[in-house]
Amino acid sequence: MIFHHLILRVVTKLLVGTIVLFALYVQFHGDFSPGGGFQAGVIMSVAFILYGIVFSLESAKKVFPEWVVHKLLALGVLIYAGTGVATMLLGYDFLDYDAFSPLHPTHGQHWGLLVIEFGVGVTVTGVMVAIYYAFAGRPPSMSDEEW
Amino acid sequence: MNKFFEFEFLAGHIHYLLFIVLMMTGLFIVVDKTNLVKKIIGLNIFQVSVFMFYVSIGKVTGGTAPIFPMDSNYHVDKDALQENLYSNPLPHVLILTAIVVGIATTSLGLALIVRIRESFNTIDEEEILEIEQKMTRDDNMKYDDISKGML
Amino acid sequence: MANIAHVAEHTTRSLIDHLPLLQVLVPFCAAPIIVLIGSRRLAWPLAFISSVISLIISIILMLSVREGGYITYSLGGWAPPLGIEYRIDATNAFVLTLISMIGAVVLPFAYTSVKDEIRTRDHSLFYACWMLCFTGLLGMVATGDAFNVFVFLEISSLSTYVLVAQGASKDRRALTAAYDYLIMGTIGATFFVIGLGMLYMATGTLNMADLADRISDQGANRTVRSGFAFIIVGMGLKVAMFPLHLWLPKAYTFAPSAVTVFLSATATKAALYVLMRFVFSVYHPDFAFAKNTLEIIFLPLAIIAMFSASIVAAFQINFKKMLAYSSIAQVGYMLLGIAILNETGLTASLLHMFNHGFAKALLFMGAGALVLRTGSSFYLQISGVGRKMPITAGAIVIGGLSLIGVPGTAGFLSKWLLIQAALERSSDNSLYLLVALSVVLSSLLAVIYVWRLFEVLFLREPDLSIPISEAPVMMIIPMWILAGSCVWFGFSTDLLYDFANQAALNLLGGSMGMSDSVLNLGTN
Repeated sequence: MIFHHLILRVVTKLLVGTIVLFALYVQFHGDFSPGGGFQAGVIMSVAFILYGIVFSLESAKKVFPEWVVHKLLALGVLIYAGTGVATMLLGYDFLDYDAFSPLHPTHGQHWGLLVIEFGVGVTVTGVMVAIYYAFAGRPPSMSDEEW
Repeated sequence: MNKFFEFEFLAGHIHYLLFIVLMMTGLFIVVDKTNLVKKIIGLNIFQVSVFMFYVSIGKVTGGTAPIFPMDSNYHVDKDALQENLYSNPLPHVLILTAIVVGIATTSLGLALIVRIRESFNTIDEEEILEIEQKMTRDDNMKYDDISKGML
Repeated sequence: MANIAHVAEHTTRSLIDHLPLLQVLVPFCAAPIIVLIGSRRLAWPLAFISSVISLIISIILMLSVREGGYITYSLGGWAPPLGIEYRIDATNAFVLTLISMIGAVVLPFAYTSVKDEIRTRDHSLFYACWMLCFTGLLGMVATGDAFNVFVFLEISSLSTYVLVAQGASKDRRALTAAYDYLIMGTIGATFFVIGLGMLYMATGTLNMADLADRISDQGANRTVRSGFAFIIVGMGLKVAMFPLHLWLPKAYTFAPSAVTVFLSATATKAALYVLMRFVFSVYHPDFAFAKNTLEIIFLPLAIIAMFSASIVAAFQINFKKMLAYSSIAQVGYMLLGIAILNETGLTASLLHMFNHGFAKALLFMGAGALVLRTGSSFYLQISGVGRKMPITAGAIVIGGLSLIGVPGTAGFLSKWLLIQAALERSSDNSLYLLVALSVVLSSLLAVIYVWRLFEVLFLREPDLSIPISEAPVMMIIPMWILAGSCVWFGFSTDLLYDFANQAALNLLGGSMGMSDSVLNLGTN
């Protein structure tokens, strides 16, 4: 275990939780204010990437194992497509959220958007973390001292 | 007659001119540099120029961000909506998609470069070309059926 | 909130109304499901089932639009010029059928080939990527929204780069092939987006039918014209139009065999369809700039491609590389059909798209089977193999004959029509006689490279020391399905000709605009 970068480690511990919280805010407040799945997903993944950079890749993989990342990545797409399939099963066009609340289409639109944005958020988190794992997991061609 | 060189015309089309400058910079880097990573960076600049182009055509003079004005209860403020002048959100949304595509392209390109570095031990295009030409020559020597009298 | 009064009358959609969307959605959903299940054994069956479903859907769609008219489907319930529209008419139903047929036929072949060429732990991701590529190609063709074309184009391209790079386990040059393709493909796609941006600036819409209406209303201006140029160059890169073809030979040679089969038969065809759609439906050849582009740029380039690529193909010593160069030459024929600019020419072009897709898929499958049994596709390695693998080699012979255009095979019909189209135009411009002549001459060049292949396969003495057995049944069945259809379409020419002719008429009729002869799938 390495014990240098004390300040970074303390600050990271403080920040990670806040970043996740902010990501959730951007995610679920996205229909009232700027935000949504893309932004929230990136912010969420930043929490894990920051953790990985400061506390080593292995500990990040303990928190968020690679296979979970891959499943999440596919799951988000399926949530999105599944919402569309659900509206189709309810007899409406693909992704016509009116289906969720035929008497109050505005509500239906809200709920539908909330669900698909959640799907987007999950996938974007998965993709960004997966990209980080894929690149950081490669053995470096030269050691730190050679730089 | 030559209105292209008038100041007002140029100033009014400054975003197109900048778009073209940026686009040509990107394309030039892609064509000119032999370093594979630099090529990807050039490609990125090229794509960003297009993003700029799209965003600039969505601009409405005096327009604000295209967000529904809300009252304190988070309901749409219909009075404010009437007089609200906002920029065209459609190009922005399109470009959101294109940015995601751009990120995917960049990361895929970089991933390929990592693999190329691992198997060719270089990321310089000319050196790779040399190695590949040697491989092709070897193939030709080994599998050339014309010179082996089989034709 | 008492907005119940605003609720529009809603008619419940049935399954059959959703077919235009399901065409794209079924393979799309297969990709994440394959990743989510993550089982190597289930990946292939899932991919195959969804390909077969999309084949069935595309056939239903093609049969329902064969008399003209179109089916429209609006996503999210937003009416077309604003929302994204999927619009199926005779032209894209034809191309959809080609793509999904190839998809369904190639997968059984891929099963064995992929097992041999791809690392086992990558199999489920490989098939997920494959399905994404398939989705992208179908989506590009099915959609009626110009920006949606770009999105699907990038979905298919990005997964194609990954699929091509999978060849790296056999030959590391697959990596640089994929990289080159990535750079060129991205430049092409970005050019296409710039073109769309200019169209959007000039018209304020992205729906293809609406674009066509507005462009014909306002006539040509500089923005519309430069948009055209960008779109042509962007799509030309994807089609592998002659001077923009440099990515193709390397990518096809070093990609895994199954990927090459799939790409050679579908990727360039889908891009060519988009090119046709923009030239004929969104813009119109009546515009002088569009007509000039076709006659001054496409025509000579197509003829140069037909000759130069055929000559290069004749000198190759690698079966797969020879086929890749031949693909560039064949794209030349398709572009020539467009550039001749009459009904027969366009029919010939669409037919050739179909016939070449089948013949080239068959030949690449043959190459894949030979690679599986002999380890490489160099002529020296496969010398005399035709005697040891007669069933595979027989299918290759039929594919080769169709590629030349021998009467009795499907390839004959499209080349014959192409010559006829050129002769029709020659009454007002005798230069077209030369065009007709060049089709004949370049077909003779095809005879050279195909004959060389036959000579390698059958006339050389096989190396008796290496035991080579016949290709597995899973490879032979799809090969003979394709070989059989090459012959069948060669003799029973009416069926395919009628579809292609309807598709060509539909393209030449220009855009149908926003509200014309909508077919309702549910009622008929």
